[in-house]
Amino acid sequence: METIIEIQRLSKSFGSHEVLKDIHFSVEKGEVVTIIGSSGSGKSTLLRCVNLLEKPSGGQIIYNGENILDDRHDIHQYRRKLGMVFQQFNLFNNHDVLNNCMVGQIKVLKRSKEEAEQIARKYLRVVGMENYINAKPRHLSGGQKQRVAIARALSMEPDVMLFDEPTSALDPEMVGEVLKIMKELAGTGLTMLIVTHEMEFAREVSDRVVFMDKGVIAEEGPPEKIFNNPDQERTREFLKRTLKTV
Amino acid sequence: MSLDWMIQIIQSNWPMFLRGAGWTLVIALTGTIIGSLIGLLAGVVRTIPAPEKGIKKNLLKLINAILTIYIEFFRGTPMIVQAMVIFYGSALAFNFHMNPIIAGIVVVGINTGAYMAEIVRGGIISVDKGQYEAAQAIGMNHVQTMIHVVMPQVIRNILPATGNQFIINIKDTAVLSVISVTELFFQTKTVAGNNFRYFESFFVACIIYFIMTFAITLILRYFERKLEGPDNYTVIGNNLHVETAEDMKKKANKGM
Repeated sequence: METIIEIQRLSKSFGSHEVLKDIHFSVEKGEVVTIIGSSGSGKSTLLRCVNLLEKPSGGQIIYNGENILDDRHDIHQYRRKLGMVFQQFNLFNNHDVLNNCMVGQIKVLKRSKEEAEQIARKYLRVVGMENYINAKPRHLSGGQKQRVAIARALSMEPDVMLFDEPTSALDPEMVGEVLKIMKELAGTGLTMLIVTHEMEFAREVSDRVVFMDKGVIAEEGPPEKIFNNPDQERTREFLKRTLKTV
Repeated sequence: MSLDWMIQIIQSNWPMFLRGAGWTLVIALTGTIIGSLIGLLAGVVRTIPAPEKGIKKNLLKLINAILTIYIEFFRGTPMIVQAMVIFYGSALAFNFHMNPIIAGIVVVGINTGAYMAEIVRGGIISVDKGQYEAAQAIGMNHVQTMIHVVMPQVIRNILPATGNQFIINIKDTAVLSVISVTELFFQTKTVAGNNFRYFESFFVACIIYFIMTFAITLILRYFERKLEGPDNYTVIGNNLHVETAEDMKKKANKGM
């Protein structure tokens, strides 16, 4: 297996508050990794550190053999290889659905308008939103927005897709439509790194589950092991708490 | 009778009023445009995230300090005084007699720029942080993020404030009469000086000012609505056409 992203000794502090401590972690090509853990465990921060929306305080992020935290490295060049899906969708409010999926391709990847439109339409079809290309974000429901956001990220044809709690801001009846698309994507061999509270989903799609607690990776392994027979007491407790409330 | 006088004043002096109103509009409009450009530039520079170290950081600090001084100074002094200082100051310092109209445009432009810089900054801050993050995550740099994502939203947000500034400028050009710019107030003073009917002459000016500002208010409202975009959008593909209850009712009625 080929490692795409390798994180070594990563740490992140906000002021004196240490959110991530000595994180070691890697993602292989074609792997679907989910990060679970209670709120405040640092899982979103870890994901945001991976594409440098948060600047890590220390450590290394090795991407294709290069440390991208090196000052010389062009972070914009790196970010275009990672697709990001946010909890709050963050569609560009001034663009319609089609343009949301095209503007990055044209301005960042320098694709031609025709090519960008073709690719945007292709991925909008994948998420089932090709009928809404004229709609502005304010016309769409949360689930529809998130599907467009996924298409926008896919249109950049990234090496890795990052999902930051993609269903947490959705009404319960819309969670399913987004998870269904993510399941389909996971089946296509796309490399995915997902932060989620959806335990059933994590168990079903993941190749590997990472459990975070208090800023460290407490345990990681295949979903069967983490969900059925975890090594750590705190993993067991977390799962007992969350699975009971679901 | 005052009304007779007004009609007579308009009849015999309308070219002067018209020319005055024309210059008022020209100065207010160019001043607002220049001011908006200054404001946009200053607003963008003032919201550049500070680099952590190096010459760039110090340079940015210096530019920000200069911009702050500019904004505070021009917001904190009356435009009538600024006009005097710039007009007579340029004559004194460079032995260069500025065309009063050019001087007027410069004064209005610089003054508006100081206000617009703050308006733009507010507009930029009010754009959701997620919009920046999404643009950054897609690989855009700061300039691309600004041009393609943030500024279009900022401009829509600040349009009402900009229109307001334009209307203020139409009224405030009156102070430029102190450097003998031949705008509406100056022309009215000349007219009144000839016929000694001060109330009637200035009442005419009053109406002309109001017509200008109100017309612009209406035009701006129209543009604001246009920029909002249509409330509807078309769903492409008939199979997904969603019928409203009214549509179904209509169809049922037709069938009967």
